[in-house]
Amino acid sequence: MIIEMNNIEKHFEGLEVLKDISFGVDSGEVVSIIGPSGSGKSTLLRCATFLEKIDGGEIIYMGQKAAHTDEQGNAVYVPHHEMGKFRGYCGLVFQQFNLFPHYSILKNITDAPIHVQGRSRDEAEATAMELLGKMGIADKADAYPYQLSGGQQQRVAIARALAMKPEILFFDEPTSALDPELTGEVLKVIRQLAEEKMTMVVVTHEMPFAKAVSNRVLFMDGGVIVEQGDPREVFENPKEERTRQFLRVFEQ
Amino acid sequence: MTFSTMLSTMADGMLKTGAIFFLTLIGSLPLGMIVALLRKSRFTLVRGIISVYISIMRGTPLMLQLLVWYFGPYYLFGMNIGNWRFPALIVGFVLNYAAYFAEIYRGGIESIPVGQYEAAEVLGYTKTQTFMRIILPQVMKIIMPSITNEVITLVKDTSLAFTLAYQEVFSLAKQISASQTSFMPFVIAGVFYFVANYVVEIAMNRIEKSMDYYK
Ligand SMILES: Nc1ncnc2c1ncn2[C@@H]1O[C@H](COP(=O)(O)OP(=O)(O)OP(=O)(O)O)[C@@H](O)[C@H]1O
Ligand SMILES: [Mg+2]
Repeated sequence: MIIEMNNIEKHFEGLEVLKDISFGVDSGEVVSIIGPSGSGKSTLLRCATFLEKIDGGEIIYMGQKAAHTDEQGNAVYVPHHEMGKFRGYCGLVFQQFNLFPHYSILKNITDAPIHVQGRSRDEAEATAMELLGKMGIADKADAYPYQLSGGQQQRVAIARALAMKPEILFFDEPTSALDPELTGEVLKVIRQLAEEKMTMVVVTHEMPFAKAVSNRVLFMDGGVIVEQGDPREVFENPKEERTRQFLRVFEQ
Repeated sequence: MTFSTMLSTMADGMLKTGAIFFLTLIGSLPLGMIVALLRKSRFTLVRGIISVYISIMRGTPLMLQLLVWYFGPYYLFGMNIGNWRFPALIVGFVLNYAAYFAEIYRGGIESIPVGQYEAAEVLGYTKTQTFMRIILPQVMKIIMPSITNEVITLVKDTSLAFTLAYQEVFSLAKQISASQTSFMPFVIAGVFYFVANYVVEIAMNRIEKSMDYYK
């Protein structure tokens, strides 16, 4: 298991957003998360990547506890100086890319490896160029984010996350901010990563993509995982009425 | 008094004006950042103090503040203020401008999208790294036009030093004009301020241009 999240609880000012959620991801697995707006998909990813603190449950990366719940029922995280290790295990690709506008494409990708992980500039740049090549935008290394299309920016964001050599990469609706004609190029890159056995969790509304690429689909609604399983099963033969309803609305 | 003696007498005042200008910037630009950050402190007391400080600095005339800094120590503590004129001026200017700069910084910092902080956090940047490497450079670009405005105002505000009878260009111009019954000193002072601001504009334009490489 790369990550295990057990009995995760999260609320915002009284609103329960994650209710006792448990799930794990194996090495090389690609998991898609689908579900209606407000079901807690982003919150789950943000808890997994430590952008939000859980209120209960435990988060385990590579068999090591990053957070657990003590006897008093409070979520306790490892001390600050150990957090870096856990942050290094995971990467997150945002819906809005969130590239650093004042850095060139190359610097967007090399800055954290150099200044956070202490890699050498040569190594970081070699890795970055290789990743840009894989993303099909090696010629953009010296450009700035504003000069790129949304699809290209998102591919840079993926390269930036991969440059940290994470064990698992989370995507929060990576194509939702893109024009329809640009989603394909980003999905293609994710598909390619899946073929290379990169461990990934993708929140998406692209059902055909989820069906084709993931090993497992997870349907969330109201802060719980309603149903999960093989994508063909979940899409073609959903067990739960709520899943059926959601998929039906989606097909229209 | 010939024109050239007038000019050379006033040249000394120009240096003093320059001293007020540069010392104020050197003090208030960094202090403003500290004030802006303290304003977001998690301690209510600190936030309260900072907010009162900014209100007073912006809500009362700089001229009055200068008088308070100069005479205050004498009236409050009976201090000998013989050598206190210039330090009082600089303290007054720095604290006043720091308040204005703090508000500009704050506006700039608040305009950076939260996604920038989150991207940096996920990549493992420390809080300091995030601020210095990601946030501050973007803030600088956004606020540069406002900073330029303040710097130009400062060039003209240095003339308020005449309140404390400090012999910078403006005070000298007034004195020489009165003693020589000549209008010329004011012309010289006017040209000086104009040229100084022209230089400031060119310099600030350069700085703004140097940040034009991204949007
Ligand atoms: N910072 C926050 N403060 C308060 N409420 C929040 C916060 N973040 C999320 N929520 C609430 O938590 C619930 C779940 O939000 P979340 O963003 O996880 O949903 P989602 O499944 O990602 O939805 P979408 O498909 O629209 O992105 C929503 O009701 C949302 O309003
Ligand atoms: Mg979401």
